[in-house]
Amino acid sequence: MSANMTFDDLKAVMSRCTGDVEELNPENLGAAFTDIGYDSLAVLEIASQIQREYRLQIPDEAIEGMNSPQDVIDYVNASLSAV
Amino acid sequence: MSVPVITGLGVVAPNGQDREAWWQATLDGKSGLGRISRFDPDRYPVRVAGEATGFDPAEHAPQRLVSETDAMTQYAFAATNEALADAAVVPDDFSDLDMAVITANSSGGVEFGQRELQKLYREGPQAVGAYMSIAWFYAATTGQLSIRHGMRGPCGVLCSEQAGGLDVLAQARRVLAKGTRLVLSGGTDASLSPYGLVCQLSNGRLSEEHRPERAYVPFDSDASGYVPGEGGAIFVVESHDDARARDVERIYAAVAGYAATFDPRPGTGRPPGLRRAAELALADASLAPPDVDVVFADGYGVPELDRQEAEALTAVFGPGAVPVTVPKTMTGRLYAGGAALDVAAAALALRDQVIPPSVNVRPDPEHRLDLVVDRPRETRLRTALVLSRGYGGFNAAVVLRAV
Repeated sequence: MSANMTFDDLKAVMSRCTGDVEELNPENLGAAFTDIGYDSLAVLEIASQIQREYRLQIPDEAIEGMNSPQDVIDYVNASLSAV
Repeated sequence: MSVPVITGLGVVAPNGQDREAWWQATLDGKSGLGRISRFDPDRYPVRVAGEATGFDPAEHAPQRLVSETDAMTQYAFAATNEALADAAVVPDDFSDLDMAVITANSSGGVEFGQRELQKLYREGPQAVGAYMSIAWFYAATTGQLSIRHGMRGPCGVLCSEQAGGLDVLAQARRVLAKGTRLVLSGGTDASLSPYGLVCQLSNGRLSEEHRPERAYVPFDSDASGYVPGEGGAIFVVESHDDARARDVERIYAAVAGYAATFDPRPGTGRPPGLRRAAELALADASLAPPDVDVVFADGYGVPELDRQEAEALTAVFGPGAVPVTVPKTMTGRLYAGGAALDVAAAALALRDQVIPPSVNVRPDPEHRLDLVVDRPRETRLRTALVLSRGYGGFNAAVVLRAV
């Protein structure tokens, strides 16, 4: 695993969570999860998958702040560079 | 309000995975019972079940929904698609608050739940998926159907084991009377993971006979319990006036009467409640026993419970006075899906004027029932009585009448 998260990494995680990532592309990374068909549980599932795969502890408040795929990538990369 | 009517039907069953395939198999007496194939049943006393083998959820719902649901809900996705198409319902034509979803559930999403619980004790809490929180509880199917089809009226779930498939029609009738225009109703269950099977063993009523053709033979002197099955049926229910206003192609039947009773506490000496449920449902429909053309019996397959049901039927109708059938001999008992599937069978019997058979049963003459066995019986049918008992004391009866 590389020391940062790319779009493709996130897409792979999301694919393992929900099996369906056709609506996800580099152009809409900033779109709200709710606008591209992911509800709050889906975000929770993605976050918990990332915690396992990247060995990160993500507090609930941080998950609540993840409104878009870009937010997730930014949070993960900030956390990875802090360790 | 005018009487509630069934205008759409969808089915997933062990002997047929859509309405007409299942109905044809049922008329042909083709059983869906067999040795359990999901897992190796050799370590369990129960080896026979009615599995919906070959069902592919991806044909009926997007992968996103498949990932977050148990088989019980996936069967409902399929049956709902079929029922809505059958009734020519386009949800967008209705206001979301005018449509409700009321399903029965008994098994919960045990296969999904088992998988996540195994992750919990093998890998710890972090390994449990977020969808565990919604996939395995009783209301999961109602919730998923409500979200998927935009039905935000008075939704609910009823948990009265096998009786639930009838109780939901009564709840549908209640909300229609209060102004809801359309109800998705019925029930589906999927109880056949190892954990799910072990949960059922404790009731002591499952058949440990290993030959599929002898494992579930209600009203037979060899009856030794029942076989569990999976699947169920979903209906579109609306008022007769609304159905006519929509100019629907087919009205299968009116839900003309309903009653539920609860068995007395063991040891009181008072009789079980099934007979009273049948009588009260007929009274609710303003009909008398001679008006009934066929009874879809509960057919538990447990000798004492078969005797109780036969006594209730002969007390209400007289010995051998009404044709009785148990098509669930071909599917096993589907729990919340079981009585719903019997309602579907009764509705199609009224449509096609034919009584589907019970299979593999040599009826014990002591029961004094006119049991329709092996071959379908063509006859004039106007009114059907569907009976159901749920473990724990639940009894329910529904009268369906041709419109």
